[in-house]
Amino acid sequence: MLQWLISTYENWQPVSGYLVHIVAITVPLFVCVAYLTYVERKIIGYMQVRMGPTRVGWKGLLQPWADMFKLLFKEIIIPSGANKILFLLAPILALAPALAAWAVIPLNATTVLADLNAGLLYVLAVTSIGVYGVIIAGWSSNSKYALLGAMRSSAQIVAYEIAMGFALVGVLIAAKSMNLGDIIVSQAGQHGFLDWFWLPLLPLFIIYFISGVAETNRAPFDVAEGESEIVAGFHVEYSGMAFAVFFLAEYANMILISALAAIMFLGGWLSPVQGWVSATWLATPYIGWILDDGFHWLLIKIAFFLFWYLWFRATFPRYRYDQIMRLGWKVFIPITIVWIVVVSAMVLAQVGPWWDRPS
Amino acid sequence: MPLIFTQLQLALPEIVLLGSTCLVLIVDLFVSERSRGITYILAQMALLAVFITLLATSVGKTSDAFSHTFVRDALGDTLKLFVALSCSVVFLYAKNYLKTRDIPFGEFYVLGLFGVLGMMILISAASLLTVYLGLELLSLSMYAMVALQRDSVTASESAMKYFVLGAIASGMLLYGMSMIYGMTGSLELATINTKVLEHQHDIVMMFGLVFVLVGIAFKFGAVPFHMWVPDVYQGSATAVTLYIGTAPKIAAFAMLIRLLVDGLLGLQSEWRDIVIVIAIASMAIGNVVAIAQSNIKRMLAYSTISHVGFLMLGVLAGTPEGFASAMFYTLVYTLTALGSFGMVILMSGYGFEAEHLDSFKGLNQRSPWFAFIMLILMFSMAGVPPFLGFFAKFMVLKSVVAIDLVWLAALAVVFSIVGAFYYLRIVKLMYFDTAQDSHSLEISTDMRLLMSVNGLLVLLLGLKPDWILDLCIRVFPLA
Amino acid sequence: MGIEPILFYSFATVLLVSASAVITVRNPVRAALFLVLTFFASAALWLLLEAEFLAVALVLVYVGAVMVLFLFVVMMLDINLARLREGFIKFLPVGLLIAVVMVAVLVLVVGPEQFGLAKFAEPARHNADYSNSRELGLILYTVYVYPFEIAAVILLVAIVAAIALTLRHRPTTKYQNSTEQIAVQRNQRLRIVEMPSEERK
Repeated sequence: MLQWLISTYENWQPVSGYLVHIVAITVPLFVCVAYLTYVERKIIGYMQVRMGPTRVGWKGLLQPWADMFKLLFKEIIIPSGANKILFLLAPILALAPALAAWAVIPLNATTVLADLNAGLLYVLAVTSIGVYGVIIAGWSSNSKYALLGAMRSSAQIVAYEIAMGFALVGVLIAAKSMNLGDIIVSQAGQHGFLDWFWLPLLPLFIIYFISGVAETNRAPFDVAEGESEIVAGFHVEYSGMAFAVFFLAEYANMILISALAAIMFLGGWLSPVQGWVSATWLATPYIGWILDDGFHWLLIKIAFFLFWYLWFRATFPRYRYDQIMRLGWKVFIPITIVWIVVVSAMVLAQVGPWWDRPS
Repeated sequence: MPLIFTQLQLALPEIVLLGSTCLVLIVDLFVSERSRGITYILAQMALLAVFITLLATSVGKTSDAFSHTFVRDALGDTLKLFVALSCSVVFLYAKNYLKTRDIPFGEFYVLGLFGVLGMMILISAASLLTVYLGLELLSLSMYAMVALQRDSVTASESAMKYFVLGAIASGMLLYGMSMIYGMTGSLELATINTKVLEHQHDIVMMFGLVFVLVGIAFKFGAVPFHMWVPDVYQGSATAVTLYIGTAPKIAAFAMLIRLLVDGLLGLQSEWRDIVIVIAIASMAIGNVVAIAQSNIKRMLAYSTISHVGFLMLGVLAGTPEGFASAMFYTLVYTLTALGSFGMVILMSGYGFEAEHLDSFKGLNQRSPWFAFIMLILMFSMAGVPPFLGFFAKFMVLKSVVAIDLVWLAALAVVFSIVGAFYYLRIVKLMYFDTAQDSHSLEISTDMRLLMSVNGLLVLLLGLKPDWILDLCIRVFPLA
Repeated sequence: MGIEPILFYSFATVLLVSASAVITVRNPVRAALFLVLTFFASAALWLLLEAEFLAVALVLVYVGAVMVLFLFVVMMLDINLARLREGFIKFLPVGLLIAVVMVAVLVLVVGPEQFGLAKFAEPARHNADYSNSRELGLILYTVYVYPFEIAAVILLVAIVAAIALTLRHRPTTKYQNSTEQIAVQRNQRLRIVEMPSEERK
């Protein structure tokens, strides 16, 4: 009996270790999401010559907590005729993929929860199932507006996922690996930020990010919510914590897309001045730590992309549905296919500084 | 020369066809509705290019490529030449028919060419994988062609039936293939043939064989997997029926030879009994039910089923002569079917389908020449000497007698006499009844010419069948 | 007990339960959702078999794209369940007979007696740096390049067929052309009529 217990414990020990890691990734992520909402309101406020939240806490810093507690104590109303199980399952289905994808995101040279060889495929697969949250929410709500939102969202996500997948194929060809850590390492070099893939893969980079915006149903692609046409789209019937989970999923997805764009096109945790700073500088305390590769660079890059998200929302009017479809199918997919050919040619020709090193 | 180039050279006809089909597809996208004729010309040129490359790259000996998934041999080359030829004829017959009807012109030719590609892949298949993929390429093109006439309810219905039944048959075939693969551990037909004897009495092998036979029988439209044939033949536009009813039969024959002879010859004693049942049932149901039909396309569909039965007779003989006679039968049938369905198109005017048997009434008064051509075709189908069809039937019966299955040959003769009834009925309608419609036929010159050649070939080759017969015998070396 | 058998049995249970739910639940949308769950569970089983590429491709293609479109259509259609269930009792005996025969065949043919571990050795485990996707890629583009290209052509035909069957240019459809609208000139919309002024009566 004791023997059995010990062996069971030994078998299960790695699992508990993973649990600790998972918590260590998700909890900061939730805090980030909370403050992303705050930053969004602040930035859009400034862009529109307003102040944003100012009342709760110093400069409104406690606003996210206030929102959270408010939503926590609200009742979750289940509409009559709704499919109760699916209705409650939908927000979780929206959130879970956004969190699961973080398993393969390398935070710095050594830290990654699961060092998958097919990391890129995993990310693509996991992000593609986030749409079920939206579809199920729309259908189970038993509401016309919600269903319309779900339909719009499903068509849109399928369209943009193809472009996104092709953009990732370009990255895969350029990096010769599907492991996200290896993708970052293959962008290391002596030419600073010019070594990263954003330059040779510029069309794919742009398309990836725009498709990412479309995948997360953010402005200007937020027809799934479309508050001026279909009230709030797929989550019109949600309230309280169920609504908050949708909110959480949307922002977690934004952070995820930003992190992926940073990893695949902007060198992840690599320093933008790699190779330009002498070893003596790097050895200097504080300054060296900042200039050297590290997690902080990943954070800065994520923040950069998140800022773009917010900027888009403050600037662009919403796309019309047929325009979204046209952009996805008739513009992005052809461009990505052409550029995959170009990238393959460049890799074969060993164009420097990206592919002139023996691999 | 590097290995890859020799391999590509072997597959050059397929590559040329794929390239020119894509060209037709793109050109068709940009030409205006008025100059659609260019699509037709390009499609014919694509087939011509295939014809020329087939002859130019023919190597005489059997050689395989792409890791034993592709084989180039005399059998394949001959069948491919006939496929290209018959499709070219189909395209010509179909041209004016399509122009006067609501069928997308360009898509018909593009899908037709893709179908030809599928047939060629099927003919050249040397592995279970390529058999399946070629078959799917062909079937998918045909499903789409049937459905092309979008506003016709019968066409949509028959496309749906064809698709669903075809998908089930493909599933069966795939299931059987997976069993054979599971037992022999190989997808290559040649390897399977060497290993098959080890598993002769394995139950898995038997099931695999049965499922593969189901797939083949379905593609041929042999009884008991014939249900789709009449509905699809009748429901689709006549141009599409013409396409489905001709060249794919050659491909189906190739599939049968590849699977049963190249791959499973070791199980011959097992599959012979099944094929006998299929052949008898096909001849019986095809010939008997055809008598009751009043729609000529439906009647020809049942006639197809009966002809498949006859063709199977040559196959079940299991001798090189038998295979050669089956191939001869297939080619003769294709030639005659081209003419017969071509006649149905020829009789159909603008906005009028000559589908009912009555529309053939008194054809002699309206156009004696084409009545005569139809007479040749019907006599050939019925197997009246000295027309080509007679020699085809004679050859398969001879090969059956050669393996001492005289009773089977006698049965086949009985069924062919039953079948003669409905072919001769058309002759009677044409010559001894008065026409319901006294308009003269409006036929374009190229169609008039080709139809005459088609009909006369059936007559003249019937007087001297040795040429094609030699061709068929030569591609099946005496083992 | 190790974690792997537990994972296998739990995913296998999910697979079986959801697969039977696909054909038993009344609502087509729920059936489609159960199918998604089935795909998921089988992807997990593939992962246990070290076929990570197949697992991910299953999730990516079937769960992420095919089933989304499937749901899209199912949600839009107003499927009349009563009509679907018509004749259920009538066809039940035939269906049951076929099901029994199928099960018998499956057990007989692909059961452990024919394909068990006694006949085929257990495949060797690969070490951690073995990449399933890399191996698949290598073999697809070398040994199986010809079938692979044919598969590509089949997809092309599918696209051509789908577009040919669905794209219709209806001459009666009204739509806006914003370029034309912007480029409009005054004289295209407005006609100034010169009229002599009339006397007031």
